[in-house]
Amino acid sequence: MAKNDILGDSLWDAYSDKVTTLMNNPQHQGEITEEEAASHGNKLIVADFGAESCGDAVRLYWEIDPKTDKIVNSKFKSFGCGTAIASSDVMTELCIGKTVQEAVKITNIDVELALRDTPDVPAVPPQKMHCSVMAYDVIKKAAGLYMGVDAESFEEEIIVCECARVSLGTLQEVIRLNDLTTIEQITDYTKAGGFCKSCIKPGGHEAREYYLVDILADTRKQMDEEKMAAAADAGASGDFEGMTLVQQIKAIDAVIDESVRQFLVMDGGDMEVIDIKNSDEYIDVYIRYLGACNGCASSSTGTLYAIESTLKEKLSSKIRVLPI
Amino acid sequence: MQVYMDNNATTMVDPEVLEAMIPYFKEQYGNPNSLHKFGTASHPAISKAIDQAYTAINAADEDDIIFTSCATESNNWVLQSVWIDKILNGDKNHIVTTEIEHPSVLSTCKFLEDQGVKVTYLPVNEQGVVEAHTVRSFITEKTALVSVMWANNETGMIFPIQEIGEICKEKEVLFHTDGVQAVGKIPVDMQAVNVDFMSMSAHKFHGPKGIGALYIKNSQELSPLLHGGEHMGGRRSGTLNVPFIVGMGKAMELATTDMEAKMAAIRAKRDRLEDALLEAIPETFTVGDRDNRTPNTILISIRGVEGEGMLWDLNNGQIGASTGSACASEDLEANTVMLAIGADNELAHTGIRLSLSRFTTDEEVDYVINHFKDAVSRLRAISSSYAKVQPTPGGEVQECELHH
Ligand SMILES: Cc1ncc(COP(=O)(O)O)c(C=O)c1O
Ligand code: FES
Repeated sequence: MAKNDILGDSLWDAYSDKVTTLMNNPQHQGEITEEEAASHGNKLIVADFGAESCGDAVRLYWEIDPKTDKIVNSKFKSFGCGTAIASSDVMTELCIGKTVQEAVKITNIDVELALRDTPDVPAVPPQKMHCSVMAYDVIKKAAGLYMGVDAESFEEEIIVCECARVSLGTLQEVIRLNDLTTIEQITDYTKAGGFCKSCIKPGGHEAREYYLVDILADTRKQMDEEKMAAAADAGASGDFEGMTLVQQIKAIDAVIDESVRQFLVMDGGDMEVIDIKNSDEYIDVYIRYLGACNGCASSSTGTLYAIESTLKEKLSSKIRVLPI
Repeated sequence: MQVYMDNNATTMVDPEVLEAMIPYFKEQYGNPNSLHKFGTASHPAISKAIDQAYTAINAADEDDIIFTSCATESNNWVLQSVWIDKILNGDKNHIVTTEIEHPSVLSTCKFLEDQGVKVTYLPVNEQGVVEAHTVRSFITEKTALVSVMWANNETGMIFPIQEIGEICKEKEVLFHTDGVQAVGKIPVDMQAVNVDFMSMSAHKFHGPKGIGALYIKNSQELSPLLHGGEHMGGRRSGTLNVPFIVGMGKAMELATTDMEAKMAAIRAKRDRLEDALLEAIPETFTVGDRDNRTPNTILISIRGVEGEGMLWDLNNGQIGASTGSACASEDLEANTVMLAIGADNELAHTGIRLSLSRFTTDEEVDYVINHFKDAVSRLRAISSSYAKVQPTPGGEVQECELHH
């Protein structure tokens, strides 16, 4: 929070003029009947998405020319707030004149863009972004009905954040490449989680299959495991001696994290690596004991031996561990 | 014409109240704690406000009424100090409240839960009221406090404070009530009930915003929330907000003198409005028996019309109303009171609250009736709930899984 957030947004003032106009006077509100479509030799598709009990429901009508698959007319009915009605209206507008195959490509982002007054100012405040997602979902459903396939089949990748349309693959990649550690960073980099917030963790507006918190945790875990594996590889291939000092310290830290630290911590102690000195004969690793280890009798015998043999086994047989 | 029908959210300051306050901004701005005459000059006015407050709720002289910055502070004070006094420094560990309290109680309870306190959130019946026997059955040896509101802000439903007070007395448990929606709307007589603590807020009965009070029976122990310069006997520190205290006293007096007559007048308008809406608009219903409701409140559900959409149309018609439901609030949640009373899920998003005041006129009521009908017709014409053409087979929706 900061100065501009102290008062908080006035929800309705954040709507674009277009949203306001369409809410007050939707252009494509209404129904298309079976008879009407048939009289033009066309096919009628009617699909629902959402429900009153969710607080939002939309019914989409498509009159389709079966020879060209073109949507020649479209209407909607909506139970919802102003942005839901305006989003539905723009959605029908975007559908008209497109083939069904083209229409499935319309996303909630397109709907939101079409509601903007100026290209770089959002049409709705973040928590309302979700209303346009319904428009996208109902289109897929209608297309599925027409083509006789499951609506899910139009989705090529797994979308984790519907509001910002960010896929699982993108999220994993961004976390890795930028070494992200928090949800806020993910939102800064990708916008995911910046709108209705359903995708951040369980318990939000809508239940999800994937949540950002889990994706972050899993990806971090994988990254850590890979680091270990890399360190282990380095040892196995005899590369440890060829590493730079920084790489050596990292590799040692990784091994200690994996195999040593937990035992020290169990007894209320810990250790840190102070320095490494490479000579022809030895690689001397200087360590300092912390906490309960400091002054513990076995820290110069059993424990020391255990640390040294672990590092020897995993990294290099030339290692000597010297406590200071 | 523009009509304000959101008096449970806040009210207009009565011009008489404002007038009473003004001298204490201008001429008599002294600090009442000072020894000089600039300070003491305001003492008679503060004493008068204290008298007005005691009279308004028929508090006994042994009781305390301590002015606070708002009812949110009063609610926090009771919950947090009972936690410190009876749980951290005592042998209790449990608080009983209801699932439809104001956020200033619920969020504080959630905070206390994070600190390890056990909190029971009692369910309400289909009238939106907690039954006294339910309270009884959840009190244990370890219960430090029962906190149940006197009247609910969304429905106006009045809770059985008399009976719950008796139960708490018998079980020797402290009893707090959030009286914000009761004081000034229904008779509140502190000598007729067994209530240990009651929160109040001036802006709900035509006083200014930013001042409230806490009633404390028998001046009993309760650690301060705000420590400081020993104002109000050390119970609540902070330089006395003289003009607002004067305003609150005056507002309490105005709201409670001739209360029967004032309330009957509001109720007559409320009932007329409610009857007209229910009669003119099919598939609507209101929540709670009128006889057990604050006389100014209507919570009406309109099938097929989403609450925020309805507010939007009313706002276009220059009418201010409210909804605790769905999209209107930041977190997009369904109306918790609607869900708590077990209304169908569908109705959780269709509630509109209209709340009148003693300043509401008959013309305003007529105006609202007309605009309300128009708004419902327009929105039902758009509503998928009233669509005739049914989905293509396979295009239907299973029940919603959102808003668990
Ligand atoms: C039942 C209830 N309790 C507490 C409050 C909070 O009052 P205040 O605004 O004085 O903090 C309100 C009003 O918002 C209320 O309706
Ligand atoms: S799904 Fe709405 S913010 Fe991600």
